[in-house]
Amino acid sequence: MKHLFLLAAKSAWNRRLTLGLTLVAVTLSVTMLLGVERIRHDARAGFAHSVSGTDLIVGARTSPVQLMLYAVFRIGEATHNMRWQSHLDLAAHPDVAWAVPLSLGDSHRGFPVLGTTPAYFEHFRYGDAHALDFAAGTRFAGVFDAVLGAKVAAQLGYRVGDRIVLAHGRGGAEHADKPFVVTGILAPTGTPVDRTVHVALEAIEAIHLDWQGGAPLPGFSIPAEFVGKFSLKPKEITAVLVGLKSRAGVFKMQRHVAAYDKEPLLAVLPGVALAQLWQVMGTVEQALLAVSAMVVAVGLAGLVAVVLAGLNERRRELAILRSVGARPGDVFVLLSLEGLFVTVAGGILGVALLAAAGALLGPLVQAHYGIEVAPRLVSFEELRLLAAVIAVGLLASLVPGWRAYKLSLADGLTPRL
Amino acid sequence: MAAATVIRVERLRFRWSPGAAPCLDIAAFEVQAGERIFLYGPSGSGKSTLLGLLGGVLVPECGRLNVLDGELTALSAAARDRFRADHIGFLFQQFNLIPYLSVIDNVLLPCRFSTRRMQRAMTGGKTPQAEAARLLDHLDLGPDLRTRPPTQLSVGQQQRVAAARALIGRPEIVIADEPTSALDAERQFAFLDLLARECADAGSTLVFVSHDRRLAAGFDREIDLPTINRCTGAAA
Repeated sequence: MKHLFLLAAKSAWNRRLTLGLTLVAVTLSVTMLLGVERIRHDARAGFAHSVSGTDLIVGARTSPVQLMLYAVFRIGEATHNMRWQSHLDLAAHPDVAWAVPLSLGDSHRGFPVLGTTPAYFEHFRYGDAHALDFAAGTRFAGVFDAVLGAKVAAQLGYRVGDRIVLAHGRGGAEHADKPFVVTGILAPTGTPVDRTVHVALEAIEAIHLDWQGGAPLPGFSIPAEFVGKFSLKPKEITAVLVGLKSRAGVFKMQRHVAAYDKEPLLAVLPGVALAQLWQVMGTVEQALLAVSAMVVAVGLAGLVAVVLAGLNERRRELAILRSVGARPGDVFVLLSLEGLFVTVAGGILGVALLAAAGALLGPLVQAHYGIEVAPRLVSFEELRLLAAVIAVGLLASLVPGWRAYKLSLADGLTPRL
Repeated sequence: MAAATVIRVERLRFRWSPGAAPCLDIAAFEVQAGERIFLYGPSGSGKSTLLGLLGGVLVPECGRLNVLDGELTALSAAARDRFRADHIGFLFQQFNLIPYLSVIDNVLLPCRFSTRRMQRAMTGGKTPQAEAARLLDHLDLGPDLRTRPPTQLSVGQQQRVAAARALIGRPEIVIADEPTSALDAERQFAFLDLLARECADAGSTLVFVSHDRRLAAGFDREIDLPTINRCTGAAA
């Protein structure tokens, strides 16, 4: 058997140009398939990682997925806000342990700004119930204090004490008259928190005092030092993160919120909303995986075609091998091994290429899409896909093997060309 | 080795498919050990078929096909393949060598498929490589050629490499099928002499198949295939 391996390897090396090109095709197709699987997995892991310990997310009535997307992932925008009074009523409910209000809408150089209360730093959890840690500085205390996510600070080069200016909406007019001071920078979390600028709820009110309808009121301005003379009590917020005293009461609380009679509200369980999101995403993922699988099939079909095409020229060679004692079974193994070599090599190279691409492009993907691509060689799921590819490659390689077997049986020692 | 019969064929008949006319029908012929036989076979005389039968890749419809006291018809396909590897060296017309193996690896090929040939090549404590090198030297192929790919060799050199491959491990029978047809006239006889000498050296019985009667001189005996085959005219 060993000499057959050696023969197959030498034969493959002899036709390294055509097989090499086929190898490139198989490698790229494997990289694509595993890459789609990896991004799919990491996107899910990232989403699931982003919120933990929150029992309910409450906001104005919309779709559960949408509410979660903007409240937790800063994706999309709220179509309606909820009233501050609703938050107060909710927070006062006997089953509620804590309630953290969130106010979104402004931005700083592309990073979302979140208005909240200091309770946020106390109750927000991500991943495996991790609390937020400060890499530098402290929570916001004054109206014009800001706490930056790790990515914001790293990307824009901010340090504690720096002054920043917020923009209205997503890159609209700037609130230039009311700059903020960075009081703290959070440690990296691998969640949307890293891309968020955190300020006090009152700050959101303060920068909009002299604004109306999304633009500064002409000829009217309230300097930063005078905002304290105005009521900075928020009138509206975007959403509330709610922690309950007992998780068992979560459905009862959800019904209670839905039945709230002063305005239409919605309470979603993060896990349930995520499951709904996966249902939507599932179709897209399946389609992407199916396309990738097709590409792999095309690569393997090309491989079989190349080995088969070379077979006719090799009938003399097979007859020689028969004459020195090769059995038809040996010929079968010899030709099948060739395809198997290329498939296995393509699989290994595909994994290597994906690892390299992950290391090189991972930071880019995270910056643009917020998906943290974990640096790793290969996961269990990916290994299963890889095993499937190699199994299909082996089956496909049996085709030229079988054809060579039949040919060598018919040809014997003298090929009938 | 005492004179013994190495090939005995009796009432042998072969047809390609059950419905077809038989293309080989031989009453009897024998080859003795150490003989050098010239088997005259023009194309269409059933020459390739006979070689396939002797090599054990084809199975006769009926009759006896006894090689080295073994009845080939009684052996399984795998056993016939092993028998061929162990006892018969083949040498063909042209393109005898595997293009992706070096000259010496081509010579060693039978040792890879047959432990017996491997062991016989190693008699006297030699490595198979040393034996292959010895044979190549005998066939006037210098050390510089051993590691080359066969495609860099002339046709004459290639045929001598093929002869070394047929002879390695001293098989009892060497079957040469038109090995000189690609050579020019004067080289043909030189090659024949070399082949005959090496077969004698290895103690191998030589069955030399050709359609060219000029080459028959110098052989111990000539067998005329069209004469012994009762159904000439069938496909070769």
